Amino acid sequence: MAVATRQQTGAPGFARRVLTSDHVAGWLFVLPAVFLIALFSIFPIIWGFILSLQKASLISPNRPFVGFDNYTHIASDPLARQAAVNAVIYTCLFVPTSIILALFLSIAMNQKIRLIRFYRLAVFIPVAVSTIATGVMFMWVFDSTFGLANWALGTVGIGPFGWFDSPQGAMPSLVIMTVWGWLGFDAIIYLAALQGVPHELVEAASVDGASRWSTFRRVTLPLLGPATLLLVVWSTISAVQLFDEVFLITHGGPLGRTSVPVYYIYKLAFTSSYGFGAAGYAAALAYVLFVVILILTLVQFWLGNRVVHYSS
Amino acid sequence: MSGVVPDVRAKDTILATTDASQLKGETGMVERPRARWLPFSPWHFLLMPVAIIMLVPLVWVVVTSLETLAQTQHFPPILWPGSFQWNNYPRAWSSVPFGRWFVNTTIVTSVVVASNLVFCALAAYGFARIRFFGKNVAYFFLLATLLIPIQVVIIPTFLIVKQMHLINTLGALIVPNLANVFGIFLLTQFFRTLPIELEEAARIDGASRLKVLFRIVLPLSLPALATLAVIQFLWTWNDFLWPLVTIYKESAFTLQLGLQSFQGSHVNDTNLLMAGNVMSMMPMLILFIAAQRYFVRGIATQGLKG
Repeated sequence: MAVATRQQTGAPGFARRVLTSDHVAGWLFVLPAVFLIALFSIFPIIWGFILSLQKASLISPNRPFVGFDNYTHIASDPLARQAAVNAVIYTCLFVPTSIILALFLSIAMNQKIRLIRFYRLAVFIPVAVSTIATGVMFMWVFDSTFGLANWALGTVGIGPFGWFDSPQGAMPSLVIMTVWGWLGFDAIIYLAALQGVPHELVEAASVDGASRWSTFRRVTLPLLGPATLLLVVWSTISAVQLFDEVFLITHGGPLGRTSVPVYYIYKLAFTSSYGFGAAGYAAALAYVLFVVILILTLVQFWLGNRVVHYSS
Repeated sequence: MSGVVPDVRAKDTILATTDASQLKGETGMVERPRARWLPFSPWHFLLMPVAIIMLVPLVWVVVTSLETLAQTQHFPPILWPGSFQWNNYPRAWSSVPFGRWFVNTTIVTSVVVASNLVFCALAAYGFARIRFFGKNVAYFFLLATLLIPIQVVIIPTFLIVKQMHLINTLGALIVPNLANVFGIFLLTQFFRTLPIELEEAARIDGASRLKVLFRIVLPLSLPALATLAVIQFLWTWNDFLWPLVTIYKESAFTLQLGLQSFQGSHVNDTNLLMAGNVMSMMPMLILFIAAQRYFVRGIATQGLKG
């Protein structure tokens, strides 16, 4: 029937043919989503760059161009440098810790043993807990006066610690808390990858006389390469963008030790700390952050693809 | 198939008839000496402490939420209060507009989830099944936006939403999130795995493309739709930074904003604060436990997109 209709309408002309063609139908299907994503993802990236060339404020429509002044200012801004240093420290602590822990955990969770469903639920459950709820929870657990952590460590003779209140402790405390929150996510990705490891390969290795450890090292671990690469990239991106926990708990302190880039950008653009007037400068910082994330991602994939073995 | 099965049997008989200890390679597998000295698997030594560490903070929040204020201000901590202060919950509930925040968050989350299901399904069907001019370029650009985190475009996005006069309304939280690339990607990949013959037959019988999508493709895609729904639900329900910059009015707060402001105003009422925290976590935890399979699949798919 559809075929017959098309043959009949073929004659009236070009316009009709175009309107019923796959090209129009295809675009009609994708247009709502493409429009929304263009408006709220692609357009802001362009506008963000324009803003970064302006002396802009979020409350005044008057935004004169200042060329690359905002970018040159970054180089001489000690607070921007501090934010960058903090981001590097946090990333270097968070990424390896969370991934190595998740790797060992997921191998353990891939065994067919009793209580495995309970273990999986326990590790996965923080995925469902928001960053703010996690933060409120850990502020209490890490309370320096009444906290459970100081008491538990005290029973084995460690501590007490100042946790979020101490300049040395704040960053490691953030790392511990966020590892708690991300472990489930990483473990799920590793478990999915482990379940993709062909059983025959592992069996073949042990039939050939490989010990469990060398089977793991020579067979399983290389097959986890793509998942590891992905988690390194993913965790780095999210580590560089740390915000919620810092906003809620430390406000960048103590002594600026946890002031991270997104928090600094937020303060510049959206708070009265800098008189709401630094949106252009904040946009420049955000753009630098975007480029840094992009380069980090590409470099990690480029390096990773030289090391990682893809089975397919 | 039939060629493989006898092979496996043959191997089995070899294993059965040969003394395992004579084969150097077999010992690790067949005997499993490590399992012998314990009545349970040694993996429990790793998993049990980890499980406890993961759960203790959550349990501690619940315990604290049932204590008196005096009990919370005690060192060493009181691990088990003699009597439970259940009325901490109604007290926390009525001290700030928690009910309103629940309603706001529920509205935003349901609209966003529903609109994502519709828009992403439409777009995914277009990308998976229709050949049209510019398709690959459009798909590439969409996927490329996955590299743009909201944090770095938050200032221009804020200005767009401000132009739309949505600041301090739930619209600010809904409109920019009506469709997302992850959903399109997930559904496109899934639609491509469906057998096309059924759809072609329906088309020949005169069904429109929309009808094919809604009557044939979507009913076959329920697992993928459920996965997208729970992941989108999780993101939207727990989002913080975007609501923080667009909502200043307490009556339009989401639960996360509300919990944060509650924390600020009740720093020393730890028991009430923890009761509020438990209430804010509950809906997501229940959903997670009920739909764990879909969450896990959704996260594993997020893994695939990289």
